[in-house]
Amino acid sequence: MIKRLFILMILALMGLIFIQLASSYTENSSLSKLGRYYVEEGPQELGAANLVTAVVVTYRGLDTLGEVTVLFISAAGVGLLLRRTRRKDDKEDLERGDRAEEAAGTHKPASEIVTTATQLLLPMVMLFGIYVFLNGHLSPGGGFQGGAIIASGTMFLLLALPESHISRLLVALTESLSGFSYVVIGVLGVIMAGGFLDNRIMGPGTYGALFSAGAIPLIYTLVGLKVGFELSAVLDRFRKDDTGPV
Amino acid sequence: MSIIAELPLSLIVLCSGLGLVLIGLWGMLTQRNMIRMIIGFSLTDTGIHMVMVSIGYVTGGTAPIINAAVPVTEAVNRVVDPVPSALVLTAIVIGLGVTAVMLSFAVRIYKARKTLMIDECTELRW
Repeated sequence: MIKRLFILMILALMGLIFIQLASSYTENSSLSKLGRYYVEEGPQELGAANLVTAVVVTYRGLDTLGEVTVLFISAAGVGLLLRRTRRKDDKEDLERGDRAEEAAGTHKPASEIVTTATQLLLPMVMLFGIYVFLNGHLSPGGGFQGGAIIASGTMFLLLALPESHISRLLVALTESLSGFSYVVIGVLGVIMAGGFLDNRIMGPGTYGALFSAGAIPLIYTLVGLKVGFELSAVLDRFRKDDTGPV
Repeated sequence: MSIIAELPLSLIVLCSGLGLVLIGLWGMLTQRNMIRMIIGFSLTDTGIHMVMVSIGYVTGGTAPIINAAVPVTEAVNRVVDPVPSALVLTAIVIGLGVTAVMLSFAVRIYKARKTLMIDECTELRW
C-alpha cells in the first residue's frame, strides 16, 4: 500500500514538472544559431541535400561512430546472453523441448500464403532497404533506416521459413569489414581533408545526384550493411531453436 | 474544438510525448511482469523522442531536405532544426539496442526460473 502511494507521488511530481515545462513552452519561430549554421553552410560545404544526414554523418560523425559502436556492443551482448550451448545434456534437453512443442502443436509451419508472399516480397524488401541507404543524402532515410528495413526482411524470412539458416560467418565478416572501413574512411578524412570523418575526401559531384556529397553515400552504405546484418543477427538469436536451455 | 485547432502543432506533440513518458514510468513502476516493464521502458523512450522532435519544430517549417520545393536560398526560413532530428535518430538506435539487451536478459531469467515475475527473483531484494 505504502509502495503504491509512493509510486503515485512520484508520478504526480513528474507530472507537475512536465506541466510546468509544457505551460511555458513557446514554439520556435526561427532556427537556433547552430541549426541556422548547418542549414546555411551545409549545402555548400558538404553538398548533401538531406541536412539531417549532413549533421549525422559529417558534422556529428563521431557521435554516429559511437552510436554504431553501442549497437555493436548490444548485438554482441544479445549474442552472449542467448548463445547456443553445445553441451550434450543440453542437446537432449533441446530435443525434449522440441518434442513437447510438437505434442502441444505450437511449432506449426508457416501457411502457404506467408511462404509465397515472402518469396515474392523478400527481394523487393531487401532492394528497398538498399535504396533507402544509398539515397540517404538525398531523401528521408539513411544507413540506420535502410538497415532496419533489411532486418525486417530477415524477420520476414524467419517467419516464413523458420528452419532457414543465417550464416554466422557472413554476418561477422560483413559487420567487422564495414565497421573497419568506416573507421578507415574517418582516418582518411584526417589525412586528406579537414578532420576525422570529413566527407570531402571525394569530389562533391553534381548537387542532388546519387553520387554526390563526397563520402556520405559510401559511409551510409557501410552503416546500412552493418546495421542490417547486426539486427538480423539479433533477430536470429531470439529464435526459439537458437535459444536452447542454458 | 476551436481551442484545439489554435494550439501550436508542436505543443500537441510535446504533451503527447510527456504523457507517454508518464505512462511508461507508471508501467515500469507498477508492473511485475518483466516484459511489461520493458514495454514501459519503450513507451518512455518513444515519449522522449517525441518531446525532442517537437522542440526542434519551427513554425511552418518542413523537413530539412533541399530540393525543388525548398531551394537553398529559402531554406533558412522554411525548414525545421536538423539538430534535434539527428539526435533523435541516434536515440532511437540506442533505445533499440538497450531494449534488445533487456529482452535477452528476460529470456535468460525465464530459462533459469521459469517465470517472468520480478517478485520471484528475490536475491536482490532488501
